[in-house]
Amino acid sequence: MKVSFFITCLGDMFYVNAGKAAVELLERLGCEVDFPRAQTCCGQPAYNSGYRKETIEVAKHLIETFEHAEYVVGISGSCVYMIHEYTQLFEEGSDWQKRAIALKDKTYELTQFIVDVIGVDDVGASYQGVATYHTSCHMTRLLGVKEAPFRLLQNVKGLELVDLPNRHDCCGFGGTFSIKMSDISEQMVDEKVAHIEGTKAHLLLGADGSCLMNIGGRLSRNGSPVEVKHIAEILNSRGDV
Amino acid sequence: MPMHIGEKDFKKRVTKGIEDDFMRGAVRSAQGRLQDKRATAADELGDWEDWRTLGSEIRSHTIEHLDYYLNQLSEKVAELGGHVFFAETGEEANEYIQKIAKEKEAKKIAKSKSMVTEEISMNEALEEIGCEVIETDLGEYILQIDDHDPPSHIVAPALHKNKEQIRDVFNEKLGYLKTEKPEELALFAREKLREEFLSADLGITGCNFAVAESGSFALVTNEGNARMVSALPKTQITVMGMERIVPGWEELDVVVSLLTRAAVGQKLTSYITALTGPKQLEEADGPEEFHLVIVDNGRSKILGTEFQEALHCIRCAACINVCPVYRHVGGHAYGSIYPGPIGAVLSPLLSDYDEYKELPYASSLCGACTEVCPVKIPLHEQLIMHRRKMVEDEKRTTLSERVAMRGFEQLMNSASLYRTATKMAPFMSTPFARKQMITKGPGPLKHWTHARDFPKPENERFRDWFKNREKRGEQDAKR
Ligand code: SF4
Repeated sequence: MKVSFFITCLGDMFYVNAGKAAVELLERLGCEVDFPRAQTCCGQPAYNSGYRKETIEVAKHLIETFEHAEYVVGISGSCVYMIHEYTQLFEEGSDWQKRAIALKDKTYELTQFIVDVIGVDDVGASYQGVATYHTSCHMTRLLGVKEAPFRLLQNVKGLELVDLPNRHDCCGFGGTFSIKMSDISEQMVDEKVAHIEGTKAHLLLGADGSCLMNIGGRLSRNGSPVEVKHIAEILNSRGDV
Repeated sequence: MPMHIGEKDFKKRVTKGIEDDFMRGAVRSAQGRLQDKRATAADELGDWEDWRTLGSEIRSHTIEHLDYYLNQLSEKVAELGGHVFFAETGEEANEYIQKIAKEKEAKKIAKSKSMVTEEISMNEALEEIGCEVIETDLGEYILQIDDHDPPSHIVAPALHKNKEQIRDVFNEKLGYLKTEKPEELALFAREKLREEFLSADLGITGCNFAVAESGSFALVTNEGNARMVSALPKTQITVMGMERIVPGWEELDVVVSLLTRAAVGQKLTSYITALTGPKQLEEADGPEEFHLVIVDNGRSKILGTEFQEALHCIRCAACINVCPVYRHVGGHAYGSIYPGPIGAVLSPLLSDYDEYKELPYASSLCGACTEVCPVKIPLHEQLIMHRRKMVEDEKRTTLSERVAMRGFEQLMNSASLYRTATKMAPFMSTPFARKQMITKGPGPLKHWTHARDFPKPENERFRDWFKNREKRGEQDAKR
C-alpha cells in the first residue's frame, strides 16, 4: 500500500516525534510512505473563523498536492476531518467538488487507517506504563473515529490504559477560540487537566496534536509530572516489558 | 431588545460568570445529572438515531410548509370558537394581550412557563397596566420572587441557583422556615401558588407544540400547573412562537417523546396537557374565552436562509446541558434569555449582530451540541455560518484579523513561502523560550501563554527529517 503522509502544519513544526513514529509504524506495517513536500495546512483556522474564500484557496492547494496519492494518512483527526469538509466548500457538481470528494474517499486518520484499511488491531507494540487517553472532539464526533485508538492501545503490551473521567468534554482548544475566548478556554483546559491528574496515569495520549499542545501547555505550566505523547509514539514503541 | 439580560458588555458578563463559584457548582451538578439521565432515556428508547432522524424530518417538513400549517391551525381554532391573532413583533403581541387584560379587567394573571413571553417581555407589559402576573412554574416562581432574577436556562430557568440559595430566597421574601430539601421547598411553593390560581382572572400559557389538524396545544410541564392555568380562569390566552407547531397527533407523539427524553431524561414529564379551544357545550370545565397569539418577532426573516434549521428547535435544552462553555460561564453570560449553543445561534438572528456579535465565537466548535440535538440541528455549523456572515456580508471582523487571514491564505498556498516561514520559526521564537517551552508569547500568543506554555518549534522540522532520512536510505533498511 502506498501512503502519502500528511503531517499537518503544527506537526511539521512541533510534533516531529509523532510524525517520525507514524512513518516508521506505517512502514513496519508494510506501507510505502512518501511525503509530498508542497503540503502546508488544511485551512481549518480560516474555515472556523468564517473566512471561506481564503479556505477555498488553501483547500485547492492541498487537493492539488495530494490528489495523486493512493491513500492519504494524517496524524490529526481534526485536520483529516477538515479535508473531508472540503466537499462542502465547492459548488455542487463542480469539478473542484468532484476532486474534493475523490480526495475525501482516500484520506484517513492514522488509527482509522490502521484498523479499517490495513485491518490490524495489534501493531506489536510494547510500552511499560500507565496512560490515559484524550478523545478529541473533531475526531470522534465529526470524523466518527471512536473505537480505533482504543483497539490499538488495548493491544500494546505492558500498557495499562486507565479511563479518563468526562473524556468526551472538549479540552478548550478550539483553534482561534483559545486566543479569542482565552478566559473561557482556560477554564476548560483546567477542568481537563484536573481530570487527568485525578487518574493515576503518568502519561497522556491523544491523536490530535493541537489538543495535546493545549493540555500539555497547561500541564507544563502547572509543573505537572504527567508526560504527553501522540498515540503514534506509543504504537511505534517496542520497549522491554 | 427585550430578550437581552444583564450587563451590556460581553467580557464583563463572562468574568462575572467565571468568578461565581456557587453558580458554577450548581450548573456543574445539574449538567452532570441531566446528561446521564438523557443518555439513559435515549438508550431505553432503543433506536435513538432513528428517532432523531424522524424528529428532524418532521421539523423540517413542518417548517418548509409553515404557512400551510399555521393557516390550518388558525382555521381550526376559529371553528372551535377561539380568537387568533398574528403578531409580527413583540410589541404587537403585548398590545393585544394588554387589550384583553383591560377588557376583562384582569387584576391577577396566572401564567405557566413560556420562553416566548420572556422573549417579548410580556410580564413587564402587563405590569405596566397594573396587572399582577404570577409565574406558576416553580423555577420561574423562584426567579420572580427573587426580584425578577433573569432565567439562565430554557427548561430549568433557576438552574444557576442551588437549593440553599432557593431556601434563602423563600426565607427572605416569604418567611419560609423549613429546610433546603427540594420536596419541602416544592410543597411550600405549591401551597402559595394554589391560592393564586383560585383567584386569577386570566390564565396565560405558552405552547410547546400546536397541533394543526385539531387546533390543540400541547404543554409539557413538571408540576401540572399548565392545567391549573387553563382550567380555572374564565379567559385563557396561549402565546406561541410561530414555529412551534406540528401537523398532527402522530407527529406530536414523536416530538414530545424526543423533547421529554432529551430535556430531562424522562419518558414523559409528569404532565402533558393538551388544550383544545374554549369550553364546548358538552364539556364540564375549561375557559369560556380562548385567544391564540402567534408571535413572529423575527422568525419569518430566518425562513429561507441558511439558518432555517434553527427554527427546527424544540427547546429541549439538551445542547445547553452538554455545553462546556455554558458550564463555565453560566446562562447569564450569554446576555440573552436563550443561552448555550442554541442561544448563540438564535439570539443574533432574533435580535442582531450589534447586540450579540460575540456569541457565535463563544464556542470551541466541539460539536457536543450537534451530537446530542434530538432534531439534528447542526449547531456548530450554524455558528461557523454566523462567523462567515460577519466576515463576508458585514465586514465586522477587525482589520488585523482580515489581514492575518489573507496572510495565512498566501502562506499556506505557497509551498516555498511556507517552507521558509517554518524554517525561521525556531530561531524567531528563541528569545521567548525557556527550555523547550515558551512561557510569555508575543502578539496574540500572549492570550495563550496567560494560562499555558507553548512549545518551541523543533529545530529539525518533520520535513527535514524525512528528506535527510531518504538521503541516508533508512527507509529501505526499515522495510
Ligand atoms: S437546538 Fe436541539 S438540542 Fe438545543 S434546545 Fe433546540 S432542539 Fe434541543
